[in-house]
Amino acid sequence: MTIGLSHYLIVGAILFAMGVFGFFLNRRNLIVLLMSIELILLAANMNFVAFSIGSGDPAGQIFVFFVLTVAAAEAAIGLAILVLLFRNLSTINVDKLDQLKG
Amino acid sequence: MSFDTVLFYLLAIVLVVAAFRVITATSPVTGVLHLILTFFTASMMWMLIQAEFLALVLVIVYVGAVMVLFLFVVMMLDMRTEGLKQGLKVYLPLGLTIGGIMVLEMAFVLLRSWGDAPALPVPADDFDNTLALGTAMYTQYAYAVEIGGVVLLVGMICAIALTLRKRGDYKRTDPGKQVRVRAADRVRLVSMPAQVETADAQSEGAQK
Amino acid sequence: MSAQNLYLLIALAPLATAVVAGLFGTGFLGSWLGRRGSHMLTILGVAVSFAGSLLVLQQVLDGQTFEGTVYTWSLIGSVKFEIGFLIDPLTALMMVVVTSVSLMVHIYTIGYMSDDPGYQRFFSYISLFTFSMLMLVMSNNMLQLFFGWEAVGLVSYLLIGFYYGRPSAVFANLKAFMVNRVGDFGFVLGIGLLYAYTGSLNYAEVFAQVERLSGLLFPGTEWHLLTVACLALFVGAMGKSAQAPLHVWLPDSMEGPTPISALIHAATMVTAGIFMVARFSPVFEMSPTALSVIIVIGAIGALFLGILGVVQNDIKRVVAYSTLSQLGYMTVALGASAYPVAIFHLMTHAFFKALLFLGAGSVILGMHHDQDMRHMGGLRKYMPITWITMLIGTLALVGTPFFSGFYSKEHIIEAAGAANVWGASFAYYATLCGVFVTSLYSFRLYFLVFHGKERFDTVHGPAHVHHDEGRTLAAHGHDAHGDHGHDDHHGGGLPKESPWVVTLPLALLAVMSVVAGVWFIDPLLFDGYFGQAITVASHHPAMAELAHEWHGWVAFALHGFTSVPFLLLLAGFVVAWYCWLVNPSVPAALARSLAPVYRLLDNKYYFDWFNENVIARFARALGRGLWQGGDRGLIDGLIINGSARLVGAAASAARLLQSGYIYHYAFAMIIGIMVFLTFFVLMVH
Repeated sequence: MTIGLSHYLIVGAILFAMGVFGFFLNRRNLIVLLMSIELILLAANMNFVAFSIGSGDPAGQIFVFFVLTVAAAEAAIGLAILVLLFRNLSTINVDKLDQLKG
Repeated sequence: MSFDTVLFYLLAIVLVVAAFRVITATSPVTGVLHLILTFFTASMMWMLIQAEFLALVLVIVYVGAVMVLFLFVVMMLDMRTEGLKQGLKVYLPLGLTIGGIMVLEMAFVLLRSWGDAPALPVPADDFDNTLALGTAMYTQYAYAVEIGGVVLLVGMICAIALTLRKRGDYKRTDPGKQVRVRAADRVRLVSMPAQVETADAQSEGAQK
Repeated sequence: MSAQNLYLLIALAPLATAVVAGLFGTGFLGSWLGRRGSHMLTILGVAVSFAGSLLVLQQVLDGQTFEGTVYTWSLIGSVKFEIGFLIDPLTALMMVVVTSVSLMVHIYTIGYMSDDPGYQRFFSYISLFTFSMLMLVMSNNMLQLFFGWEAVGLVSYLLIGFYYGRPSAVFANLKAFMVNRVGDFGFVLGIGLLYAYTGSLNYAEVFAQVERLSGLLFPGTEWHLLTVACLALFVGAMGKSAQAPLHVWLPDSMEGPTPISALIHAATMVTAGIFMVARFSPVFEMSPTALSVIIVIGAIGALFLGILGVVQNDIKRVVAYSTLSQLGYMTVALGASAYPVAIFHLMTHAFFKALLFLGAGSVILGMHHDQDMRHMGGLRKYMPITWITMLIGTLALVGTPFFSGFYSKEHIIEAAGAANVWGASFAYYATLCGVFVTSLYSFRLYFLVFHGKERFDTVHGPAHVHHDEGRTLAAHGHDAHGDHGHDDHHGGGLPKESPWVVTLPLALLAVMSVVAGVWFIDPLLFDGYFGQAITVASHHPAMAELAHEWHGWVAFALHGFTSVPFLLLLAGFVVAWYCWLVNPSVPAALARSLAPVYRLLDNKYYFDWFNENVIARFARALGRGLWQGGDRGLIDGLIINGSARLVGAAASAARLLQSGYIYHYAFAMIIGIMVFLTFFVLMVH
């Protein structure tokens, strides 16, 4: 069969599920947390591109552009925080970050 | 089965497997590398549907910059990570449930249009994806471009400000303190009787 | 001076002197006024009021009445609270009675309380009482009446508990105040009802609308509105004028010093209820049911409370029960629509009852503050003036022809006989029997105190009852008499006559007790003195009957010697003479053989027992229940603490969500998204 819009959307959905799954599955690794976020963003981007090509409107792809921008900034800041955390705690174990416990 | 279809399925399988390996990585470096693979594969998938600008931007910006940043950080910090095993036992069922629900729902939505899935339109030969995007971006969405730039600037400043460590071995002035100085902190005026030259002293001085 | 200023002077002079004596005589703000200054100032104030009252009486006899507002206290929308005066014949009479008795009591107190530490305070209080009573009788609207009503109740409370160190006095004054409160509750309801339906508190305006109101029903019931209002007002009169069952406070009020027993609980305050009903005669005449209730309750009081006077051993209590009985007589007269007769009896009773109380006080002084009649006897040798005046008072009380009490009591009995409301015949027989009872206890008192064997030396016996009203602040035990510090006690000195400040009022009151009847009966009852002040409806024939039978005071008195009441009086005299003078063992033998009756009388028909054990206990239990259950349990425990605990519990539960782990928070976000997603998926499709 020909590859249609729904194929890409399903791929996006699976990627999204993976990202969410990975987000709360790991406890030991802050890096994997950040990477899961990247996966989620990638899934969204996939959808955007698919719909954009499918409807011929370039606005979808432009939006992906900006998502990429923001994702880059967010990754940078996230990693900066990670570095600071590691400096202070010498670990990236997420389980140790519970000072906000009520 | 056309080449496109085969290629699509191949890429899709690689994508899903790589994504799975990202989240189940044992060491961070492995995870990052698998993430890079994921992005490459995604880029190729986009190339398939002729969104070449974004495909290349993904590789250049995302893989080339953001993933490299990840690698820098991972390799710079000496991270000890235990395996994933302990968390799995407790949270696996819940995670599978949620993930499963998510996929099912999306599939449910998509399956309704599965039969009449339109093929993705093939653009004309002389359709320039990049040109179209560029035209739209700098006319219609110029404001968003500016804001995007500001976002990046702020992100940069923020990252620097967070991780900056000051060196302690140099002297600097603090202009705030300089301005707050008062005359009384620096100068003390003392009242003394005036010194008057007496005739004896003068003559003595003249004799000597 | 203008009429208004005169009335203000009469009312406010005692108030001013009371305030000055109270603040500057007692040491509250200084005591430069001293004892002599206090009594001279307050007597001056009351004397001014008395002179003014006589002047007002003369003006009223000339036909000059006054009705008007002196001061508008408050004006809220259409509700007006005013201070005003209504000076008509009824008011003038009451003013003269009140101020004259008050003046007598003031002079008497100089001698009676001469060695009491609270001397200045006492004078301040009795002047304050005079002011309150004057405001009550001079008012022209129901609000000022109520103010005077409450104020006399307050001063009564202060004075009954004058010896505030004594628990029995404190108990008595609380009892008086609370029983009065029950009456006031009804009184306020009556006032409120009248105000609600007439829109005014002023007497003239209310009375003008009585015709219209007589046709209305109390909403939601079959009762006439005016009947309900009159009954409510009469409840107030029952409290203030000590009708059964709200009479229980009067005997206990004897804990106060004797002068106030004379002033407040014989002559003036307890007559406020009688005055109020007479004042509201236009309203009461419209309600035969209320008149029946009044006459029956009065008759019950007249007969049964008088019987209690026969078994009392305290001299003041005998006179107190006599007062209760005579108040019953006045109430019977009111119920028989013979309002002028009730007021006439009020006046004569004020004189002879004040005389009896002050005389009893003189006896008590002579007995060095021992009030038990079983320790007296043969005092006529030692206290001749007191003896003569008490004899005159007793003769007036029992209704001996030519004395004042005879004219008023006889007319009450005849009015009860002539009335046609339901219960009038019961009242007639009750008041008739009451003559015998009155004679019995009065002569019993007279013989026990002034005749017979002297029993002063029995005070050291085992049955020694020591009623000491002398020492205010020192709480003393009831052991032997060593702690009193004065040497002329009990076994020490014999009784001697009291000083002139004590005996002069006695003499004056004795004169009034003799002549007041003869002088005043014609104008008051038959010559239309009251005029417009009292309304008697034509279908209540008592006053007309009395006028028909009246042939002048001499004829009436001569006829009285042959009438049934006189025979009953003689019977009482003979029985009392026999039982307590000739053969003193007879009463004790009777008491033993009629033991249940005696027990009933001794416990005052169990009214006090009922009040203390049923009503008071119930009230205390209710209060305790509301405190424990309602206040502590429900409000404090459940609502206040419960809501705090609920907040705490909710917060503790909510706190579990705050784990501190960001993946938990992210998970929560994801779940939220999933919910929305599900919602959209299911809604759209």
